[in-house]
Amino acid sequence: MTSNQLMFVLFSLMIIVFSILTVTTRKILRAATYLLLVLVSTSGLYFMLNYQFMAAVQLSLYAGGIVVLIIFSILLTSHISQKFEPVEIKKSIFSALASIAGTILCILTILDYKFSATTEAAKEVDMKLIGRSLLSVNYDGYVLPFEVISILLLAAMIAAIVVAKKAGPSKTKTPTYN
Amino acid sequence: MTTGVPVQYFLVLATLMFFAGVYGFLTRRNLITMLMASELILNSVNINFMAFNRYLYPHKMEGMFFSLFIIAVAASEAAVAIAIIINIYRRFATINVEDVNEMKY
Repeated sequence: MTSNQLMFVLFSLMIIVFSILTVTTRKILRAATYLLLVLVSTSGLYFMLNYQFMAAVQLSLYAGGIVVLIIFSILLTSHISQKFEPVEIKKSIFSALASIAGTILCILTILDYKFSATTEAAKEVDMKLIGRSLLSVNYDGYVLPFEVISILLLAAMIAAIVVAKKAGPSKTKTPTYN
Repeated sequence: MTTGVPVQYFLVLATLMFFAGVYGFLTRRNLITMLMASELILNSVNINFMAFNRYLYPHKMEGMFFSLFIIAVAASEAAVAIAIIINIYRRFATINVEDVNEMKY
């Protein structure tokens, strides 16, 4: 077993074990921590695939940003020591059956298909190339999705502020806080 | 960097992660854990895109940019979802989806 395979097995075992723990653990803060570990090992896979920029984005945005946001909202909305009630047996069995059936179907299809790689030389994806492609209007440019995604991010930020803002005193109906 | 690891390994790994997320989405009844399950699903799709890009079309960058945009969409989705969750918690004092069954403002 080469070192590449060893690293891949390490990362994939971490991903599989911790993603299953994320969806089955009964303590909510532990679920968030397991999700963080899943995202960090995913960024390890991106490093293996030689996409350093995407690995950095994964680490800073997913593992740094989204997980911290989730943990903050957990602290705002739940008691840390609170445990979930166990899932109903029937629901759990049927969900597991659906997931396992889907997994088997997908894996059989993947193993059956013959992937044919192109013979063209691999492109070195460095920061300069990514920046040029994001802002290029040529055939291989991505300026339109870049603009769309920036508008979406702006709209989402404003929407988040507006939605989470406390209702003002001018509202006639008093909300019931407790 | 990936010699000796065929593309199918990555796809099988992403499949397992995807269906772990689906299982969580079906069984969880807490809004934040459901959000976490959907993050798992999005992340597994990202792995697929990156592996396809590196193994099958290494002279192009479509897969990388697609997963970059997916990450941006996931970030904005998480921000809006958490704002909504906090608002729901203010109004109902719970974030269990079974107890939140009216949209009246």
